Amino acid sequence: MQPVGAVVPLRVDIAEKTFRSAQGVSITALQDLSFEVRQGEFACLLGPSGCGKTTTLRILLGLDKDFSGSFQLPEGGSNRIAAVFQEPILLPWRTVEQNVRLALPKGLRTKNLDGLFDTLGLAGMRSLYPAELSLGLARRAALARAFANEPAVLLLDEPFASLDERTAERLRHLLLTVWSARPTTALMVTHNLREALMLSDRIIVLAQRPAHVLGMFDVRLPRHYRNPQVMSDLLRSFHQKFPGVV
Amino acid sequence: MSAPDPGDRPPGAAAETASQSRLTTALTPVLTVAVSLLGLCLLWGFAANAWPGRAFPGPGQVWQVLRAEAANGDLFYHLGATLGRVAAAYVVAMVVGSVIGVLLGSHRSADRFFSPWLILFLNIPALVVIVLAYIWFGLNEAAAIGAVAVNKIPNVVVTMREGARALDPSYAEMAAVYRFGLLDRVRHVLLPQLQPYLAAASRSGIALIWKIVLVVELLGRSNGVGFQIYLYFQLFDVAAILAYTLAFVAVMLVIELLLVQPGERHATRWRRRPA
Repeated sequence: MQPVGAVVPLRVDIAEKTFRSAQGVSITALQDLSFEVRQGEFACLLGPSGCGKTTTLRILLGLDKDFSGSFQLPEGGSNRIAAVFQEPILLPWRTVEQNVRLALPKGLRTKNLDGLFDTLGLAGMRSLYPAELSLGLARRAALARAFANEPAVLLLDEPFASLDERTAERLRHLLLTVWSARPTTALMVTHNLREALMLSDRIIVLAQRPAHVLGMFDVRLPRHYRNPQVMSDLLRSFHQKFPGVV
Repeated sequence: MSAPDPGDRPPGAAAETASQSRLTTALTPVLTVAVSLLGLCLLWGFAANAWPGRAFPGPGQVWQVLRAEAANGDLFYHLGATLGRVAAAYVVAMVVGSVIGVLLGSHRSADRFFSPWLILFLNIPALVVIVLAYIWFGLNEAAAIGAVAVNKIPNVVVTMREGARALDPSYAEMAAVYRFGLLDRVRHVLLPQLQPYLAAASRSGIALIWKIVLVVELLGRSNGVGFQIYLYFQLFDVAAILAYTLAFVAVMLVIELLLVQPGERHATRWRRRPA
């Protein structure tokens, strides 16, 4: 279901973000970074490690307010943000289900989550504590928490980092399944080009620090047509358009 | 001593011994404690026999006084009064100390400013606080409990400040992104992280508080264990002094076993147990 009335896109226009170290050295992480993610679109922020992708996401999440510029989050519908961080960040003293429900607004706390838990393969693990889960399962729980929230925008920060490739691949498919059930404006940070080509409608390519947009790469093909053959074609055309990136 | 020959056992005895040994391992700690305390009592009895006198009664005499005081109801009245003060002072000290400690631990400049105050309060003798509280606020219950709490608060502040410094910011960020309410943040994010520090502060707290409560009672209250001990000190009745002391120690032990330990087990149920 589309969130009703969510017409404002995700619009980012950051003039500058500078870090000052304790020694007084200042590092400019972002400069003139501006892009837009259309409503209901899955976009990837792709760039080399340490180029400021996570910093961008932290600004959008409201965790870092010390920057110049502005951004506009999608409005309408739930108006909520959901995030999947690099680490799962589940509360270790609450069960999987409590972790998911605690992140919901009061009115949704008691909603039925059977379908979501089933899809993510967490049905038998609702009453386990995070320490009893593998990293892959903990990340699924983090995905469950994000999607249960029915957000207006979903921000993902390398949600499949430090997983083995097979687990990561399975989780990407799960992510697509739950996302397709309720297409939400989503922005995912990654340095994995294959992952970006597989998941997104549009890739925003960032340059080395200070980060700014090098260009856009649109993947118009529906996701279920993206078989290995198509993927290698996409890779080739990406490398033609952005030689030397990633 | 010779070990029984395993060949002599009738069939089925093996299973019996297995369940017996399980029972034995479960009972061993309890037995150890009982034997240890019994040994102390025996030692005390021998010493009291070796140096007899009013100033050093044996365990038998103390037990008789204890029974007499329990029979006429005095014991429970005074134990109850002291326990009430301990509980009130504990709650006040933990709540106020935790709030101040967490605030200092999360605001560096406030910590730098108030640190000297903290050192000052840590080093004011308990007796001075008690005497001043009685002079300023009168010989009443609020002054007594307040004085005990003020003695304990700096210790709680120091422990909880360490706890607040050790907080993991990523949980707070997650809570901010998912818009947790203030109450949820305290209950589900803050307190569980502070739990080990809270446990440490209350452990050392209860022991300290009940000792100070006795002094408060001695100086300005007309009931409680401290008042009774002062009374029997004037009568030179050592057996009664020991009877009240042991009774209260026993009460605190029961609280530790029935309240504190199960509470801690519940609070740490999410941690992986060693196999």
